[in-house]
Amino acid sequence: MPRSFRNTLLVLVPLVIIAALAPSFYANQLLLFNVIVFLALAQGVNIIYGFTGYLPFGYVGFFGAGAYGFALAVMHLHAGPIAAMAVGAATSIVFGLVLTPLLRLSGPYFAIANLAAALAISEIVSNPALESITKGPYGVSLSGIFAPTFSYSVAVAVLAFATGCVLYLRYSRFGLALQAVRDDPISAAMAGINVVWARTVAWLLSALIAGLIGANFAWYVSVFYPDNVFSPDFSIFAIVFALFGGVATVLGPILGVVLLYGLYNVIGISTPQYFQLIYGLLIMVLVLFLPNGLASLLRRWGIHVV
Amino acid sequence: MLEYSILAGLLFGLYFCLVGLGLNLIFGVMRIVNLAHGDFVMLGALGACGLFGAYAINPIAAAVACLILFIIIGFPLYYLLVPRLLKSADPEMLSIILFFGLSQVIESLTTIVAGPTERSIPGNALGEHPVTILHQTFPSAWVVSAVASGVAVLLVFIYLYHTRIGRLTRAVMVHRDEALATGIDVGRVSGLAFGIGLGLAAVAGCFAPFMLGGITPASGVELTIQSFTVIIVGSLGSPLGTVLGGLIYGVSLMLMQTYFSSWAGLLPYLLLIAILLVRPSGLLGRKVRHA
Repeated sequence: MPRSFRNTLLVLVPLVIIAALAPSFYANQLLLFNVIVFLALAQGVNIIYGFTGYLPFGYVGFFGAGAYGFALAVMHLHAGPIAAMAVGAATSIVFGLVLTPLLRLSGPYFAIANLAAALAISEIVSNPALESITKGPYGVSLSGIFAPTFSYSVAVAVLAFATGCVLYLRYSRFGLALQAVRDDPISAAMAGINVVWARTVAWLLSALIAGLIGANFAWYVSVFYPDNVFSPDFSIFAIVFALFGGVATVLGPILGVVLLYGLYNVIGISTPQYFQLIYGLLIMVLVLFLPNGLASLLRRWGIHVV
Repeated sequence: MLEYSILAGLLFGLYFCLVGLGLNLIFGVMRIVNLAHGDFVMLGALGACGLFGAYAINPIAAAVACLILFIIIGFPLYYLLVPRLLKSADPEMLSIILFFGLSQVIESLTTIVAGPTERSIPGNALGEHPVTILHQTFPSAWVVSAVASGVAVLLVFIYLYHTRIGRLTRAVMVHRDEALATGIDVGRVSGLAFGIGLGLAAVAGCFAPFMLGGITPASGVELTIQSFTVIIVGSLGSPLGTVLGGLIYGVSLMLMQTYFSSWAGLLPYLLLIAILLVRPSGLLGRKVRHA
């Protein structure tokens, strides 16, 4: 059995089945939906940070671009939800293309510029001067297309796509090429890898995933404000979940979301500041003692992490 | 109107020099990115508000107290975090995540201890009468804050250019390994620079209620971005560049607020991205691009 097929069977199929069947066993569908959102976002961060080393501190910009692309398509073009999701994803890709020049910056400067870009787009969308287009800070209401069950199943499909992309990168020539570029761009270029192309593809793929799940989120909740879909918490949580589990693996981010988002739901909702304290400390301990996440711990014990 | 915005911009610019200077000092000496910078500014601001509210202590006195306190806090924090970080594979990159964690810890602890409410100090705490400069009238709090910032920036330059330890600090900024090889106690110099960096952030914080409005524990992120804009416009690692960056940032912010007020909030982000893309080394500085 080829390795890629076996891994699909071992990881992707069970993940999709669990995600699809979970609502019949657990009543809080919103919580499950949020888990899927964070799983997809963590895999998106994994693609750009894990495989190319660019830390997307403003990753939520894509999520919000997708959500607002979706909302604008529904409000102004009267598109159906699936067509509007395509518009949302396209919006996010366009935003990604606009930001592609940022990839010229090295590590920390990229992270800061990306954060500034996300704050800038959020500021533009929520500007009262654009109220006729985006409804400004007053938020959008799309209650006409509210369909929780349908949009949940679409979210499962988006999750399958995101996880599939990471599975592909984990065991393909292109994924290896990206990791080579991350470790040493000059040697990678010498070995015949088109560095700029490889990075751009990974960047846009990661933008696409965030845009899709953002549009999906807009559809699922139907009523939201700029502060909801541009909340920096999305970038931060996605990054922390991915880092905690271990980037450049398929299971790492999944593990991170399940463990940490589980913890968040136990203590984070009633007392968010204590959760913030815990994950702040967790980040510091991770960077100092376990920079490659839980996956590296498992690897040290001789367990292969898919 | 134009004269007013430019003069006000220069006053705010002096203040923004102070806001960015601590961040740049730490970056220059240790090549690490203190993403928790804004949270130290926030701590200084809440400290000044608390001292003023409880004992009516003048914010200038609070600033001096904050400077000393945070230099003392800086030393153990330096030894706790930085040496281990500098040994890792990519300190610049990891520092951003590490200090992000620290910023979350500070924000949450502050929320737990002080509550999430907004704090401010009445503007007349720094003098009752408006001040007239070149026929333009400004609130005295702005002028006093700007002058205090100017004095603080001047003191940093005296420290860097006219003291022995300042000369050692500049040596470490130029080349860390060579400084180590010449027998400079790099750890102690860096620790002091780290403390001074945090102290300057806190001093800037003491004037933040007058210059930036009310402060909450969550103000840190925005303050960090503003400080980054200032030092990136100037240039990373160059204290003189920070002064230039601060003045440019202050004047352009005031011009935006006068002529395009509804879009003024975008300025720091767009300026930051534009400078990074067009001239990533800043107006006076070193290369940061690689591919």
